[in-house]
Amino acid sequence: MIDLQNVNLTLGGRPVLRDISLTLTQRRIAIVGSNGSGKSSFARLLNGLHLPTDGQVLVDGLNSRSHGRKIRKNVGFVFQNPDNQIVFPIVEEDVAFGLKHLGLSADEREAKVVDILKRYDLIGLRHQPSHTLSGGQKQLLAISGVLVMDPRYVVFDEPTTLLDLRNKLKVKQAIASLGQTAIVVTHDLDLVADFDRVIVFEDGRVFADDEPNKALRRYLEAMQDA
Amino acid sequence: MLDLYQAGTSPIHMLRPGWKILSLAIAGSALFAVDHILFSAGLLVTTLVLYHLAGLPLSRAWAQIRPALWVFGLIFVAQIIFNDWLIGLYAVVRLAVLLMLAGLLTLTTKSSDMIDGITEGLGPLRRIGVNPDRVSLAISLTLRFIPVLSHVVQDVREAQRARGLDRNILSLAIPTIVRTIRMAEEVSDAIDARGS
Repeated sequence: MIDLQNVNLTLGGRPVLRDISLTLTQRRIAIVGSNGSGKSSFARLLNGLHLPTDGQVLVDGLNSRSHGRKIRKNVGFVFQNPDNQIVFPIVEEDVAFGLKHLGLSADEREAKVVDILKRYDLIGLRHQPSHTLSGGQKQLLAISGVLVMDPRYVVFDEPTTLLDLRNKLKVKQAIASLGQTAIVVTHDLDLVADFDRVIVFEDGRVFADDEPNKALRRYLEAMQDA
Repeated sequence: MLDLYQAGTSPIHMLRPGWKILSLAIAGSALFAVDHILFSAGLLVTTLVLYHLAGLPLSRAWAQIRPALWVFGLIFVAQIIFNDWLIGLYAVVRLAVLLMLAGLLTLTTKSSDMIDGITEGLGPLRRIGVNPDRVSLAISLTLRFIPVLSHVVQDVREAQRARGLDRNILSLAIPTIVRTIRMAEEVSDAIDARGS
């Protein structure tokens, strides 16, 4: 469970999030909202990349202020642009990157890497330079690099924004098949139609928090009125 | 010139990265320390034999030096003007051997193994405050982001050309630097997020 208690976040002297209190327990949670509404900053609070200015963020009872490293291990984060997340030049090396510090043997690391590459149909590309992959393959590689660490939660920050329809569907399927809790920040309302919960952010506050039909209807109405 | 790993099971592939890096350092130093054309020619032949042993076609050796041909040309011409053609040939052969040997290292060594080797090799420097893990990560990021930055420059160049600003160096430099700094911030976040 991720619990946010009276969270305020100020970045560069500008208030970005105001008085956020939420408990995240559902398996599929979407975060939507217009540009600048604070949703990406909210996502970064969940794995300790941002620390709240006031209030606290608890992940399974651990406070992000004092347990940042442990929280980042339990909360994987997939960025919008996979090019900024892939840090090794070769596909299999990038997937293995995070495993180095887990104290696993070389054989155990290899088995985990092969398993995850098979799952996302990247095994044939394991020796390829990562910069030669297509946009969709890069995003699946970025997801593999996160999931190989077996996080309990995975936060996606606009994972389909840069993708064409075919790759968008692949990423959608990858998210749907996750065993973990997925929290997805997105502008893609089709992606989240069958989620358990949709939280709409507007101007740094929670504007709606409901099942997809109701929350998205309120969001669309607000956008049409604006 | 920046060629990447070619999977294989040759003796060169199997050699520990630390030995390969050390051999490259020794061969590179010897190339410039031993002042005899026969030594350089011998090392050139040895290098080509090593490519063959690694199961790599000689075209891969050629690919390592092809982008530097214009540099070879400049050096050769300068030596003809100030010395003679034989010294020019000598200088070019030394440089070509060095590039081919460095290429052989990257072609037969996974970058992660090479980085592990460098980390191990830099271990003793911990005593004077050097963090080998950070040095290794910096090297891997450099290898990874050369093609990415090349794409960024290409994107910006095309965008500025579309606006008729293709002759303005500032219009290329400023957006490239801004995008690179933004990218660096996100890469840094990503490394944190991946628990390293």
